[in-house]
Amino acid sequence: MAKYLLLKHYRGAPAAVNDVPMDQWTPEEISAHLQYMRDFADRLEKTGEFVDGQALAPEGAWVRYDGEGRPPVTDGPFAETKDLIAGWMIIDVDGYERAVELAGELSAAPGAGGKPIHEWLEVRPFLAAHPTVTE
Amino acid sequence: MDEALVRSLTPGVLTILVRRGADFAAAEDAVQDALIEAFRVWPAAPPRDPKGWLVTVAWRKFLDQARADSARRRREDLTEDEPPPGPAPGVDDTLQLYFLCAHPSLTPSSAVALTLRAVGGLTTRQIARAYLVPEATMAQRISRAKRTVSGVRFDRPGDVATVLRVLYLVFNEGYSGDVDLAAEAIRLTRQLAAAIDHPEVAGLLALMLLHHARRASRTGPDGSLVPLAEQDRGRWDTRMIAEGIGILQAALARDRLGEFQAQAAVAALHADAPTAGETDWVQIVEWYDELVRLTDSPVVRLNRAVAIGEADGPRAGLAALAALDEALPRYAAVAAYLHERDGDPETAARLYAEAARKAPNLAERDHLTRQAARLNAGRRR
Repeated sequence: MAKYLLLKHYRGAPAAVNDVPMDQWTPEEISAHLQYMRDFADRLEKTGEFVDGQALAPEGAWVRYDGEGRPPVTDGPFAETKDLIAGWMIIDVDGYERAVELAGELSAAPGAGGKPIHEWLEVRPFLAAHPTVTE
Repeated sequence: MDEALVRSLTPGVLTILVRRGADFAAAEDAVQDALIEAFRVWPAAPPRDPKGWLVTVAWRKFLDQARADSARRRREDLTEDEPPPGPAPGVDDTLQLYFLCAHPSLTPSSAVALTLRAVGGLTTRQIARAYLVPEATMAQRISRAKRTVSGVRFDRPGDVATVLRVLYLVFNEGYSGDVDLAAEAIRLTRQLAAAIDHPEVAGLLALMLLHHARRASRTGPDGSLVPLAEQDRGRWDTRMIAEGIGILQAALARDRLGEFQAQAAVAALHADAPTAGETDWVQIVEWYDELVRLTDSPVVRLNRAVAIGEADGPRAGLAALAALDEALPRYAAVAAYLHERDGDPETAARLYAEAARKAPNLAERDHLTRQAARLNAGRRR
């Protein structure tokens, strides 16, 4: 029973094996890809391992406090960052091995040519708020 | 309508249905239907025998459902073979349920969820909140678990060790949501200890009580972690400690030592010391030797190195540590502590910072970061 964040990156991660930009897939391939992700989430809900998941737009902005009485500073709507998060899913599983197994399955989503994209997903454990008893 | 009473009766009712031959999942549904009926009827007409009432209504609901099933005839035959309902002592009822809910075919998280649901009588929403997952997810986890154990028959007692592991998992989840899982684990372990005569069940109960008695002093007002040596011992629950020690002594007297009894013995020695300085570290090392013999766990060896550091000095502790794998969880934290006591704040600060990066929870990470900061500030001064 540990929660993990599965992170999908637009960029910043190593290139996928089947590395064809999505706008060059056929519409059917895109549908198949999206359906795979939906099925994956549905299946995890049924196994009692799903917590939450969302997709994110690529347009992010960096924001910073700029002093009393002044509006926050932004670097504009199209941040040049080396790493952008495309989406995330939170799972609650029995252990690290299961988290890696599921991330592996998610990485096998079909892409161009109906073949798995083999993209890299990042798996990050949650830090629990409550200490366990280990004195 | 006494909710606590209903909650304490539910597992017994469920067991009776299962014993009469109802499938676990169907029995659970029938008990839920009976509870709904109880909430509707009882406020106006409280029953004289609440448990008998629930059994009767739940059994009727189960039969209604069974009759509607295609296997109608088979199930009706089953009801005719039903053994006469003899007197059912409260404690024995739930024992079977413990073993069913901790069945080896279930994953740990499923076993925990099912135990809280069926034995503890918690609602799915309460369990979901305690584990910070959506209710739909928890509902699925529970119904999957029910399907997994459906059809499992109990003709011999299950594995006590598995049940104890499940209860200890619940205990270590601590507090979140509106259910105190540590208190719930103690309640369930107490029930188990009353139903089954086993020194390790007593050992686990003692261990839980001894840990729980110190809970209030383990965190500061801001939620920060307070290490054992700095805890305000005036805030320890002495009655709970006395109870834990009593249970432990009775278990130890039976001379069937196990892991939980040995762990409880260590906790008892901590709880017994009026000040941290008066802790009997020599005896604690002896108990860790027993634990190493019983479990051969690297984590136990790590804790043993800490105890040796206290009993024989930091150099001895570091020597014991040197024999262990650096990749062990909390290795760096232990090394940092021993190096600080050995008069090497520079190495200690570096190791505390490293330990903070690897900490498994927030309270521990913040605590270790503060330790590193404290040593670094001391060196700048």
